Amino acid sequence: MSDDHGHGHGDPNLAHHWDTMDQQVHAGKFGMWLFLSTEVLLFAGLFCAYCVYRGLHPEVFAEASKVLDWKLGALNTVILLISSFTMAMGVRAAQLGNRSQTSLMLVLTLCGAAGFMIVKGVEYTAKFEHGTIWAGHPGSVTGGYNYVPQTDREFAFPEDAAAAPAEGQEAHSDSKVAALLTASAEPSGIAVPAGAGVGLVPNRAAAPPPEGLAHGDHPRVTTAPKIQNMHIFFGIYFVMTGTHGLHVIIGGIAIVWVLIRNMRGDFTPKYNLPVDLVGLYWHLVDLIWIFLFPLLYLIHAEH
Amino acid sequence: MKDNYLTHSRGFLSWALTLDHKRIGLMYLVAVLSSFLVAGVMALMIRAEHLAPGAELVDADTYNRLMTLHGAIMVFLFIIPSIPGALGNFVLPIMLGAKDVAFPRLNLASFYLWIIGALIAVGSIAAGGVDGGWTFYTPYSLQDGRVGVIGMTMGVFILGFSSIFTGLNFVVTIHRLRPPGMTWFRMPLFLWGIYATALLQILATPVIGITMLLLIAERVLGIGIFDPALGGDPVLFQHFFWFYSHPAVYIMILPGLAIISELIATFSHKHIFGYSFIAFSSVAIAVFSFLVWGHHMFTSGMSPLAAMIFSALTYSVSIPTAVKIFNWLATMYKGSISFQTPMLYALAFIFLFTIGGLTGIFLGSLSTDVHLHDTYFVVAHFHYVMMGGTVIAMLGGLHYWWPKMTGRMYSEFWGIGCLLVFVGFNLTFFSQFLLGSLGMPRRYHTYAAEYQPIHMTSSIGSFILAAGLFVTLFYLVHSLFKGKLAPANPWGGATLEWHCSSPPPHDNFSVAPTVGDPYDYSDLSYDPQTGGWISKPGAHA
Repeated sequence: MSDDHGHGHGDPNLAHHWDTMDQQVHAGKFGMWLFLSTEVLLFAGLFCAYCVYRGLHPEVFAEASKVLDWKLGALNTVILLISSFTMAMGVRAAQLGNRSQTSLMLVLTLCGAAGFMIVKGVEYTAKFEHGTIWAGHPGSVTGGYNYVPQTDREFAFPEDAAAAPAEGQEAHSDSKVAALLTASAEPSGIAVPAGAGVGLVPNRAAAPPPEGLAHGDHPRVTTAPKIQNMHIFFGIYFVMTGTHGLHVIIGGIAIVWVLIRNMRGDFTPKYNLPVDLVGLYWHLVDLIWIFLFPLLYLIHAEH
Repeated sequence: MKDNYLTHSRGFLSWALTLDHKRIGLMYLVAVLSSFLVAGVMALMIRAEHLAPGAELVDADTYNRLMTLHGAIMVFLFIIPSIPGALGNFVLPIMLGAKDVAFPRLNLASFYLWIIGALIAVGSIAAGGVDGGWTFYTPYSLQDGRVGVIGMTMGVFILGFSSIFTGLNFVVTIHRLRPPGMTWFRMPLFLWGIYATALLQILATPVIGITMLLLIAERVLGIGIFDPALGGDPVLFQHFFWFYSHPAVYIMILPGLAIISELIATFSHKHIFGYSFIAFSSVAIAVFSFLVWGHHMFTSGMSPLAAMIFSALTYSVSIPTAVKIFNWLATMYKGSISFQTPMLYALAFIFLFTIGGLTGIFLGSLSTDVHLHDTYFVVAHFHYVMMGGTVIAMLGGLHYWWPKMTGRMYSEFWGIGCLLVFVGFNLTFFSQFLLGSLGMPRRYHTYAAEYQPIHMTSSIGSFILAAGLFVTLFYLVHSLFKGKLAPANPWGGATLEWHCSSPPPHDNFSVAPTVGDPYDYSDLSYDPQTGGWISKPGAHA
């Protein structure tokens, strides 16, 4: 295939431009650490956006954070921590040359990745059902910042929006809104005046509750939004957790790759660099979640 | 010709799947120069349009797309990967006496990422193109109908990873593959420059990656981070964008500075003056580059205190830059200078880059920036730095290493193409300093009739500049077929790449070379028989 950038040392895993395996392994690890630093900087952009918007809207963050289920977040934290442990055990087993234990540990780590994504999926589904999502999504019920669904997004003021409501999604949004309002107003005992509380375009919230959506159908919406501009938090929430989730998936694919190579018998106590590198990546994915969890789920004062 | 990296294996796949850093460097060279040609033709169309004040050649929409594509292609496809990808890939491992970069597969992958990114970015033309300038400022880039932004930003995201992987490869290579005896302070200065560049590529590029992803998410989903209509902050986009794109300016210029350090020393045949100052100034520029991004936003809304701090930090970049210039001048002082083409480019660089740097002080200064912001003065300033700096340095480096890369000498006589480039460049862009200070805004399709004489001068200059570049292209390609065979060391350089034959063999060095002082020329003497420089009889081999 390619040119004979071959291996003149006898060891098929040692590339020709290195003298010893030690050199190659050190270079590989160094490269991985540098790559991890780029990942940190990539997320740094997101954390920076988080800081800016939390600084601008502290009350929005404190309030909107309550909508997130901290128990599911904590569960995911535990899952990822355990998977980091099994990953470390897998690396150790690979270094000792214990092939079957390496495979077992990698499979357990994969289960952790899958478990994390399932819990995340449950959380996302609930968010979409309740419309507690980013502003530009047609199903968003918290979009109230000069927000008009779907059509022209430039400089639409609430008055204009009320005067000329967009077609199509309107009925859908209204029903969500009404459901949220009715559900949140009574069980928690807080009276929310129609059209004033949720930061919606005035008079949309005054629509009658739709059929089939009686009180109590959505018990979780008792923590429904009470203040304006909650979608700012959810925009950040979805971007951060979405990017992180993407990294969990990429990490999972990488684990499958080393798992296949391990079962093929590619690794020896002398050469197990890929397991090590994937391990480093997985720990970083875990570490980022450790920061995401408190910043997104635990920032409100009481529960 | 004996076996070398060009003849080592044959066939399309032996190139397309090569792991040899020299071949990858050559492929990069063809790729980035093609981008330069495409974006250069766009620049010529823009200048032709400005021969007269009205809309003669292209309509306003086409003009906006041309202007945007010219900028985006030049920045993301050409200048950023140019010197590291093409010359760096070729020269860096040989300068280290190594057989290859640390991760040859990653190196090839980053080349293909470049290809994919380039196709997607340029393919955005099919989706209507991009017309808001290469900076994609929100909320304009979010408006309806500007779908091309998605393709372009996706392309930039992928090109970013190409750049990250190149930088990562170079950092690990310099750390791990230096030969015994080559301590950090016995490295050629080219490597110091590339090293500082690579650090920036690693640390700054991920931020443009996430910014582009957020912009795409904003466009496609409306996440409300940059879109003011959804509660987002468009100035935050500018901060994110320039947090990368200012260091990116140094990703572009540091390799240029690095080449000039080699050229000045070699063609003065004199030890470089102030080695460690030049080395550290590269690192200092890299560090400062992270702290000055705010000067792009003096007029976007910023607290006076922040503006003053950014302004002061911006001035401070001139210190390490001046350190380099003065050290080069001191190197030339009492040297025995040979005015061969690479040296002509090095001298042109010092002249043009100094003008570019000094006019930057006008823009970094708060009171004058308010007047000059978004005028042709800015256009002229960054063309003096980017084209007068990086492109001229790249041309110098290309001439310098051309015999090493191709095994052929080009015709020194036609080096006068450099003169055309120099004259044409100054006509084109010095006029634009005048235009800008007279109030001509940048990016405008038409202009008031009183600007016509200066606009015309600028346009005529650009045609001379283009003629010079085509002459250069012609004689370089001509040399491939008719040039005489190059000796191992045609210029009298003392860095390791001149120790191996021209072109180098597949593995660069069969025996690891002896590492000495990279700027000690006392051992070398000119050998008229081969037309190259050889070790003096009696000196060690």
